[in-house]
Amino acid sequence: MNVGEPDARSPLYRVLLAVVTVSIFLGLTFAILSLPPDAAGLAERVDAELAATGVRNSVTATLLHFRGYDTLLELAVLLLALIAIRAIRRGEASPPRPGGEILTVLAGLQAPAMILVAGYLLWAGADAPGGAFQAGAVLAAAGVLLVLAGVQLPQRTDGLQFRVGLIAGLAVFVGLGIAGVLASSAFLDYSRLGVRVVTLVLEGGAAVSIGLVLLEMFRSVLGGSRAPRKASRSMGQLDG
Amino acid sequence: MTISVLYALVGVALFCISLYSVIVGPDPLRKVLAINVMSSGVFLVLVSLARRAPGPGPDPVPHAMVITGIVVAVSATALAIVLIQRLHTAGAPTAAEDPGDDS
Repeated sequence: MNVGEPDARSPLYRVLLAVVTVSIFLGLTFAILSLPPDAAGLAERVDAELAATGVRNSVTATLLHFRGYDTLLELAVLLLALIAIRAIRRGEASPPRPGGEILTVLAGLQAPAMILVAGYLLWAGADAPGGAFQAGAVLAAAGVLLVLAGVQLPQRTDGLQFRVGLIAGLAVFVGLGIAGVLASSAFLDYSRLGVRVVTLVLEGGAAVSIGLVLLEMFRSVLGGSRAPRKASRSMGQLDG
Repeated sequence: MTISVLYALVGVALFCISLYSVIVGPDPLRKVLAINVMSSGVFLVLVSLARRAPGPGPDPVPHAMVITGIVVAVSATALAIVLIQRLHTAGAPTAAEDPGDDS
């Protein structure tokens, strides 16, 4: 522990901190209780503009159309985090660990169904709860299941196809944004591009990218927990 | 007090409990877990306050913000865990191994 840093173990420090956090709790509680019980928020404005987006689910419309910058930058954050993780791990690969027989058989049965569910969520997202994030999460879960079962994934994760998948969401988003500039002179303005098709393309790209990035993050964390303490440095190799 | 306000208060409580843990917790992994619980509290507050909108559904804008927030929280967590693993491989003593730490 550094000199000058307050000792986190001293009882006085803990009591003071408890007093501070309880005060924060009381203040926030007061703030929430003093809010009006009914607040329309932005729901009415979203409903009023919903017809222009070609999407009937207001959350999906908000994510892709009203707050498009948010979603675009979020995909960038995902990719940036993965790049940082890969830079830290420096290509240390985790050897596939054979899973138990039951897990392997079950994963083989479940993974195709999960990919089907992801596709359904993606398609249903336009009209009902669902969408790119949910589909991406299910895709990633299918991949995690296969990795845990010790199934060798068909694609090398530093291969070209895998990398294209990782950036697909961001690339599609930026590409359609620039197409919006050319068609209606505003970034991320899809009003002249056929909103229904644009929504589906955006969601498809985002779902693939989110699924692959989350899976790759999981594999990186898993690989790190298994890497032997001494050998990890000599195993490190830069690829690409 | 409606049920959504109760949920929001639970979110505030989660936030404050894990704020304490983030500051006091000796182990980096515990801090990361506490930050995750903290963000769950924030999401719970946002989602439940969105339910105050009249009409059949909640206010969609906070919901969209929460979806974005969840993904960013997952990315930050993965990055933090890999950094902790790196610290561990580099031989930095963690609180769990430090014999002087008995908390």
